Amino acid sequence: MDENNGNQDIAIESRDLNIYYGSFRAVKNINLKIRKNKITAIIGPSGCGKSTVLRSFNRMNDFIPACRIEGEILFQDQNIYAPEVDPVQVRRRIGMVFQRPNPFPKSIYDNIAWGARANGFQGNMDELVESTLRAAALWDEVKDILKQNALSLSGGQQQRLCLARALAIQPEVILMDEPASALDPIATLKIEDLMRELAPHYTILIVTHNMQQAARASDYTAFFTMDDDRAGMMVEYGPTEEIFTRPRDRRTEDYITGRFG
Amino acid sequence: MASRDRLTQQVSHLQDEILLLGQMVEQATQKAMDSLRTRDTRLAREVYEHDLQINEKRFAIENAILILFATQQPMARDLRQLAAMLEVSTELERMGDYAKGIAKVTLRLGTFDIPIPMQELDDMARLSMTMLQKSLQAFVDGDHRLAMTIPQQDNEVDQLYNQVHHKLIETMIANPETIDQVNLLMWVAHNLERAADRVTNICERTVFIATGEMMEVDYTDDESEDFPDEE
Repeated sequence: MDENNGNQDIAIESRDLNIYYGSFRAVKNINLKIRKNKITAIIGPSGCGKSTVLRSFNRMNDFIPACRIEGEILFQDQNIYAPEVDPVQVRRRIGMVFQRPNPFPKSIYDNIAWGARANGFQGNMDELVESTLRAAALWDEVKDILKQNALSLSGGQQQRLCLARALAIQPEVILMDEPASALDPIATLKIEDLMRELAPHYTILIVTHNMQQAARASDYTAFFTMDDDRAGMMVEYGPTEEIFTRPRDRRTEDYITGRFG
Repeated sequence: MASRDRLTQQVSHLQDEILLLGQMVEQATQKAMDSLRTRDTRLAREVYEHDLQINEKRFAIENAILILFATQQPMARDLRQLAAMLEVSTELERMGDYAKGIAKVTLRLGTFDIPIPMQELDDMARLSMTMLQKSLQAFVDGDHRLAMTIPQQDNEVDQLYNQVHHKLIETMIANPETIDQVNLLMWVAHNLERAADRVTNICERTVFIATGEMMEVDYTDDESEDFPDEE
């Protein structure tokens, strides 16, 4: 990993992160610095712990009772796992978009308004709905049907709505867990273009099975794999164009050339 | 929202880089011809500097294209265009080498007193550089119809080459002690003739991008590259 950047370029960082499910160590010794206003992708085979690590970045693992964290995740010089930190506040500033679009079974409008209101938003709600739907490149498609149930939208539209909903609470970091795996190729490319448009304003961390997607859409790529003890580990991390043209580690080379396993 | 904005932008940036590389080759060729005409060895050394810059830019273009192959999975026209750019940047780099070859002749001749058929050589350089400009314009515009008309002008370059060749042979016969120097001038003509051939290759790539067909766009009867017609 290149260490030339000062910390002012780092949005969020894990230090000696170990995550356990009961007695099983699922990931080990992850030291990952996520750069501000860039798109970082985590790739790797199934079971390498990439989603586990992603979820630890906004304390989503808190919902799994047997899950235990060692190490630190620093966000603006604060360990988000420190006892005094409110996980709800963490999730407000570090938002998440999931693998399957999961809009609330409410109107398109309410999908945006509900989360914002719950987070204390007191401004002009119509403006917020429009601006976030525009940011998610969905406004033109839904502006005349805002009262319609969100579940009537296509999968790609639902996923962009979920992204808009995440944006409505004005996070600084957006975590994306396989955001396009349930979408067709065109909807996938739309999400990727959207990520590119959002990157100047947000830090984006994406987990994907789709190596080509990581190659196309990200600025930095981290390659994870499973070690002999089945714990996930980070093998290599660097600028995407380097990882995909001249990886330094043989395991990365084998994975991205399809010679894994 | 148009998809693949990023790929489109990067391809368009690379087209600009190719045009820039073409201009560098033109300038190097022009300067090499100037150095020969004025027997200016300082100018000739500058062409060597140009060549280093040309090589650097060619490698930068090549590297950028490889990164796009690896990260953007270009398909169909995008794929053909990027593959063609790899070829074209190689052709341009070779044309830069020809310019350097001419500058080398200036250096080797020094102040040696010898008649140089400058008119014909300048015409060859001017023609081949005009062909180059047109071919690169057709290349970035994707204009394969224009591209297919450009190689016809190669015939004119070949005719000039033959004229120069005759003149130089006559000089050799009249003054056998100048054979070494006349031979150097043969190389100048040869390099300019080869430069025009490279332009034909660029045109073929433009046709390839547009149609997907790899074909020779050649209007001469003689397929031999190393041995232009001697009538």
